[in-house]
Amino acid sequence: MSEITLGYEIPALQLPPISRHTLALYCGASGDHNPIHVDSDFAKKAGMPDVFAHGMLSMAYLGRMLTNWQPQSQLRSFSSRFAAITQLRDVISCTGTVVELFEVEGESRARLEISAAKASGEQTLIGEAVVAL
Amino acid sequence: MLDRSKIGQQFAPLVAPIESGRLKFFAKSIGETSPIYTDEAAARDAGYKTLPAPPTFAMVLDMESEADLPPEVELLQLDVGRILHGSQSFEYLGQMYAGDVITVQRTLVDIFDKKGGALEFVVTENTYTNQDDQLVAKTGCTLVYRNA
Repeated sequence: MSEITLGYEIPALQLPPISRHTLALYCGASGDHNPIHVDSDFAKKAGMPDVFAHGMLSMAYLGRMLTNWQPQSQLRSFSSRFAAITQLRDVISCTGTVVELFEVEGESRARLEISAAKASGEQTLIGEAVVAL
Repeated sequence: MLDRSKIGQQFAPLVAPIESGRLKFFAKSIGETSPIYTDEAAARDAGYKTLPAPPTFAMVLDMESEADLPPEVELLQLDVGRILHGSQSFEYLGQMYAGDVITVQRTLVDIFDKKGGALEFVVTENTYTNQDDQLVAKTGCTLVYRNA
């Protein structure tokens, strides 16, 4: 892991466009049954233009990017704020950059800034992760 | 305004088994392609005792109550259509696996508002303890409530 230096960009993760089917599967699998993500009638009544993606779906995508890079057993912490709503047909990409290298009780760790963004560049999730190296 | 007197409330613990079929369905729903999340042999070859729960799966366990929604929704009488997820954090102290039985303890730790009360923030923290009494994860969740 000696090649990991400040500014290192981990391999990005590109996702297919968000579809209603994506959201239906995630609703069932995640147990988040809030109808605002799958029922257009409900979403419109709540003042939204249509159903929209679960924030946790994109956070799961960030998790995939992290565990593609390093084994999950090395993930120490992971957090994100949901900065913008992910709409149907948005194409999300996940990226991460090493911003700090440090040591805790003899374990070398990297802190990463991570984000999910739409094709327009608008960031939907902004967060950080700590990974043991 | 939401009832600030509820801050500090500990919800009833939730005991949730992690089923391997559920892990595989969750992996499919997030497009996960690594076999360690769907194939027990691949997981063992990678050094896991069986299928590991992916990093955000802890939050799936929160949804396993009969209420179908996080308990603060009922406690604070939140209108589901006005809730947005503001932020989420995970701290990993161990690994959750298929076959584990996890006890989730959720506490309402804060309620605050911004923009003159137009937005209120409901903060909860959870601990996740497995059947061997090992604390495997902690999480923090902030919900945003649209009053206007």
